[in-house]
Amino acid sequence: MSSTPASHLHLAVALDGTGWHPASWREPVARPRDLFTAGYWADLVAEAERGLLDLVTLEDGLGPQSSHFLDPDDRTDRIRGRLDAVLVASRVAPLTRHIGLVPTVVSTHTEPFHISKAIATLDYVSTGRAGLRVQVSGRPNEAAHFGRRTIRRIEAYDSPAAQDVITELFDEAADYVEVVRRLWDSWEDDAEIRDTATGRFVDRDKLHYIDFEGRHFSVKGPSITPRPPQGQPLVTALAHQPVGYQLVARQADIGYVTPRDADQARALVAEIRAGQQAAGRAGDTLHVFGDLVVFLDDSRAQAEARRDRLDALAGEPYTSDARIFTGTATQLADVLEELATGGLTGFRLRPAVAGHDLPRISRDLVPELQRRGRFRDAYEADTLRGLLGLARPANRYAASVA
Amino acid sequence: MSKPLKQIHLAAHFPGVNNTTVWSDPAAGSHIEFSSFAHFARTAERAKFDFLFLAEGLRLREQGGKIYDLDVVGRPDTFTVLAALAAVTDRLGLTGTINSTFNEPYEVARQFASLDHLSGGRSAWNVVTSWDAFTGENFRRGGFLPQEERYSRAKEFLATAHELFDSWRGDEILADQATGTFLRDAQAGAFVHRGQHFDIHGRFNVPRSPQGRPVIFQAGDSDEGREFAASSADAIFSRYSTLKEGQAFYTDVKDRLAQYGRRHDQLLILPAATFVLGDTDQEAAELARWVRRQQVSGATALKHLEFVWNRDLSAYDPEGPLPDVDPVVSEDHISRGRAQVRMYRDPVAIAREWRQLAEANKWSIRDLVINTGNRQTFVGSPATVAQTINDFVQADASDGFILVPHITPGGLDPFADKVVPLLQEQGVFRADYQGTTLRDHLGLAHPDAGTGTADAPERAVS
Repeated sequence: MSSTPASHLHLAVALDGTGWHPASWREPVARPRDLFTAGYWADLVAEAERGLLDLVTLEDGLGPQSSHFLDPDDRTDRIRGRLDAVLVASRVAPLTRHIGLVPTVVSTHTEPFHISKAIATLDYVSTGRAGLRVQVSGRPNEAAHFGRRTIRRIEAYDSPAAQDVITELFDEAADYVEVVRRLWDSWEDDAEIRDTATGRFVDRDKLHYIDFEGRHFSVKGPSITPRPPQGQPLVTALAHQPVGYQLVARQADIGYVTPRDADQARALVAEIRAGQQAAGRAGDTLHVFGDLVVFLDDSRAQAEARRDRLDALAGEPYTSDARIFTGTATQLADVLEELATGGLTGFRLRPAVAGHDLPRISRDLVPELQRRGRFRDAYEADTLRGLLGLARPANRYAASVA
Repeated sequence: MSKPLKQIHLAAHFPGVNNTTVWSDPAAGSHIEFSSFAHFARTAERAKFDFLFLAEGLRLREQGGKIYDLDVVGRPDTFTVLAALAAVTDRLGLTGTINSTFNEPYEVARQFASLDHLSGGRSAWNVVTSWDAFTGENFRRGGFLPQEERYSRAKEFLATAHELFDSWRGDEILADQATGTFLRDAQAGAFVHRGQHFDIHGRFNVPRSPQGRPVIFQAGDSDEGREFAASSADAIFSRYSTLKEGQAFYTDVKDRLAQYGRRHDQLLILPAATFVLGDTDQEAAELARWVRRQQVSGATALKHLEFVWNRDLSAYDPEGPLPDVDPVVSEDHISRGRAQVRMYRDPVAIAREWRQLAEANKWSIRDLVINTGNRQTFVGSPATVAQTINDFVQADASDGFILVPHITPGGLDPFADKVVPLLQEQGVFRADYQGTTLRDHLGLAHPDAGTGTADAPERAVS
């Protein structure tokens, strides 16, 4: 269990390519030719661990990155291509000790059985530091990469037809997480008995069929992988609208939201808490983290000048779903403290340039928050659940038998 | 000698869910904890092995409607373990079984290309295929594949994956920070595949990996399986570990290569093999007998007979005579999720043969299973085992072996410490790795050899 003081904030960093600004790869520190090597990712995660951060998330997708929301583009001036996030996390796991590893998983086109055992195994190879970030895909081109379903095209977001598609994708994601979680519990912790007297390796009464039947798939179980070290690795999701908040409320341990200010943060947290109560999870710890893109420098003017320079290289001003912060680590600490008054328990920072802004987070922001008594001075737990103050959950099947 | 000595290829199979594994031995460790896999992989790399091999299972085995509990049950995810092992090894090849029935080409191609990048060119894919609805109950598609379509789907799956791997030539990423050109080619990764099993198109999003494609392995002994291997694989796992059977298989498969325009050395034949080492041949033989009895308990022997008899035999005494009833011949099988079941094509004939064998030798049920089941392939002193392996390879019964120790994870260590040095002394096994990729170790050509990859990004070795 965690001994984190309530005043402490949690910090995550979202890793994507060379950073979140589309021209970030052109910065001298960016290392764009190393993007497809293990060493690149190991260095970034080691830097985040140096800053005692709770976790890193790794972006992923089942198609090339694009400047359009739904369709591919033909740009040659931006990073295209990426490695499977679960495998990157696993490759880095033996090289790190404390930091949580949370790859993105696309629920729309993958199998919950495969992902359940992959994340359980990530939990074994990291000795209790695994999670996942569940993401849906409404992109027609990604559906065409799998060829087994078509997804109705989303034209205008606020149209009822679009909302139906989005609601269906999120409902499927909720079922997906339910299957993944049941599979993690499908082995009781003490199922392996190695009883030489009877010759039995497992007590099969402690293995459970999950018998999930839903609209999009059915899964029998049990998992082939025993219950992972954390029992339940962390489930996280980014949410921008009510169906996303409901997914967070029903199934997540951490929800990432994108408030502009403390008032909006307060409203989002209230909506998620209400959903959590309605889902019968009021007693569970559910973190709500605020997402921010960050440009961190010694002065605000320097940070703004850097953003302007990158915008000029990109040929357009950078916009984001999340609030974009430009300034110093001290100023960012002020912003985080202010946003936290809205009920956020932590933040997921998206470095505009990974090679520049990530070290500024670990070496400038973290010491500033420590000075203010708002961040840990050392890792206080060996598991990601421990760092986040989450208890190791009881096994649902064991509980029902008892 | 006119012919130069063949170089032996060696690999290690992390023992999984089968009765070769003696989990009851006090030296046996976890089959799940990463430390076991790391120990095993480091031993294989210390011994300069070509690769480590992991099998896969997608549904727990059942017998008589209950989860089979007498062998090791449970294993980690193949891709995830291999990626983590890439962090604790530098040269060892990383081979994983991935089923072509319960996966989709885009995702599997991404995972193998990613593993190849993350390991600096050490990935290999053992393509297996399955049709059973039993396993399908864990997947979206469910149980669906007619048996006669399994190889056609596997072949099309592999061909599609190759189209995805080849959708990047390897020189598309320029990443010129000064001019702002990241991609040389806006269409990098473009693909279209229209076939019987897959109708997909779009853009593959993993750039070409160090090996271009993973090394392809195939396991499966049917005529179709041999043909599939001859047409599409770089190596084949066989189960013929006697000299004569091995030579027959070797000749048969290698002779099939020419019709696909391939040379003899473009497909390696690697049987799985077990071993028991002792200080002397006699000590090893005694140890081997003990290991067999550990592998086949009375309960295990009865369950093994149920594979053939296809009926509940729990009322029989494993130390007594064989059942006098005949097997039940049925599409429904008492044992599910097991490859062995398919080995017994005519159960009534096998039962008759086994009863005769048991009567002639005065064997109990357990004695029969011990004496007819998988025997240890190599039993003897390190010198004997090294000599036997070398004789086998030089006589073209195989190109090397995939060794399966009966103890996890330390069972490979005695082989690494005692047998490998003898093979090295004889000049038939490498003293050190000559290259960095698995293709280098196996002597396989790089698919990009001769094409322009000079501007490809530098690759990290580890």
